[in-house]
Amino acid sequence: GLFLWHLRNTGAQKIPCRFVRLYHVASSRLITFQYFNFLKRMYVTQCNKDLSQRAKPKSDSIVSPFHELHQLDHEKKVVHKISPVSPIHHSWSEMSSRNELTEMKSAAETEDSVIPVGGECKEDRQWKEMKLQLDDLPGILARLSKIKLTALVVSTASAGFAMAPVPFELTCFLLASLGTGLASCAANSINQFFEVPFDSNMNRTKNRPLVRGQISPLLAVCFAASCGIPGIALLTLGVNPLTGALGAFNIFLYTCCYTPLKRMSIANTWVGAVVGAIPPIMGWTAATGSLDAGALLLGGILYSWQFPHFNALSWGLREDYSRGGYCMMSVTHPGLCRRVALRHCLALIGLSTVAPVLNITTWTFPIISLPINLYISYLGFRFYRDADRSSSRKLFFCSLWHLPMLLLVMFTCKKSVLEKEDKGDLPGGSHEMAMEIRLP
Amino acid sequence: PPAHSHSDWIGPPDKLSNLRPVIFYVPPEESALERRLREARQEAQASNQRFWARHNRAFRQEKEEFIYSRLKAKGLEMRDESGQKATLNAEEMADFYKDFLSKNLKKHLQYNRDWYKRNFRITFLMGQVALVRALRWLRRRKKNVEQ
Repeated sequence: GLFLWHLRNTGAQKIPCRFVRLYHVASSRLITFQYFNFLKRMYVTQCNKDLSQRAKPKSDSIVSPFHELHQLDHEKKVVHKISPVSPIHHSWSEMSSRNELTEMKSAAETEDSVIPVGGECKEDRQWKEMKLQLDDLPGILARLSKIKLTALVVSTASAGFAMAPVPFELTCFLLASLGTGLASCAANSINQFFEVPFDSNMNRTKNRPLVRGQISPLLAVCFAASCGIPGIALLTLGVNPLTGALGAFNIFLYTCCYTPLKRMSIANTWVGAVVGAIPPIMGWTAATGSLDAGALLLGGILYSWQFPHFNALSWGLREDYSRGGYCMMSVTHPGLCRRVALRHCLALIGLSTVAPVLNITTWTFPIISLPINLYISYLGFRFYRDADRSSSRKLFFCSLWHLPMLLLVMFTCKKSVLEKEDKGDLPGGSHEMAMEIRLP
Repeated sequence: PPAHSHSDWIGPPDKLSNLRPVIFYVPPEESALERRLREARQEAQASNQRFWARHNRAFRQEKEEFIYSRLKAKGLEMRDESGQKATLNAEEMADFYKDFLSKNLKKHLQYNRDWYKRNFRITFLMGQVALVRALRWLRRRKKNVEQ
């Protein structure tokens, strides 16, 4: 509820010509936030149904954050505490009164009651024909490409685009988002293609399409190629070659480095964090065409964020990782796992402070973001000290809302392009001139 | 699976290996290529089944032994007064998980290499079979059109 209030208030204060941009990012933030809540609710129902589901952006080393947690003793309380907002209203401006919000909250809470579906479990025990059902194909491909994860990746890329200090170009933005989304689908499909027997053995992933035989490996690879090649081509030709190269590199990093490394060494977490950091960099390069310090800073923030997020998550999955043969810090170097998580929570504070120095945001950004950064650092410290399930879960859930909120605050504190122009760079430069400047 | 079916059938996950067994359909006029594919898939299935069944059984056994030895060291029994099985908390189990993972790392590395090779080979064969079938279908259509 509070989250949406903040959106509305900042929206009202903006001048019209920036309204579009704000609305756009705000609605994408909303969508992201909705996803988190939607997924959290899915958690609870899935836990009781005893099924598991999808996953995370090719970015994150977190091989599917949200669903991992159904392993832990799950209580509905968790969902209620976070107070999910009810499904998307496209015009967020409609959500005017406080009353409306509370009404929706209570509606959402009643939706939270679990509906166990015993029938589905029985179906799981039957023999199925390995024939491709065309009706199910969209759903199968969605799960194969980890569509929700892809959506999150695209939203971090669009955050990168939004933060770039150039006038907003809609076509470029759409092309970049589409290209990134396709690349992410491809990477996720290949990842699932590689991991079939391991996925079968882990609770979280045992219902994936390839594991269940709903799709053949050949089809999975063809799908990946038919997403990846157009996706990278779109980025290279429709946006710029640098973004295309980054996209291709990220696919390579995720499928050929991160996925095999998961079973070889704990270094996979760091590689995975880089995979997660690249999409916002891609968003930035899509907008500006160059790799500035700003891009690296945004990438740095995503990179640091991965560690508290993933390390907290993996804390509860140690049994499955151990049996499945995955080399994760939480299993092999638990002390390191917690230290790294804490270290990177603190790094987030540092990175937020660097943002105004690089002229990306105003100085209000580190100030406003300090409370949430301090809070996640506090939870990181608790996790470091207590090293138990409850502190790891708290840290994980915090990371879920921390990132969208941080990016939103960053966006609202963005140093306006006009401001910079007005600083006397253009002799008597007019409003129109400033708006019309298109960087190559 | 029904006798008249022309496709493969996949079953529920195996109790030991958690892998889903597949019953492969053998078409009457199976080409040499298709037979190679089927045999490769059968071999991979058998190999995976062997590995995971053995691995999971070892995990379960060693876990029991670990719990037993730890409980004994603490002076407790395997089952408490109410008859419930006594378990250790996550932190104590962590030592076991770490140990088990490092013990089996080499085995996993070997299995990974093996699995990746098999997976690529099977998918490549699938591609070849699909290509041959597509060409055959195109040729048949051309013949029908000419007639």
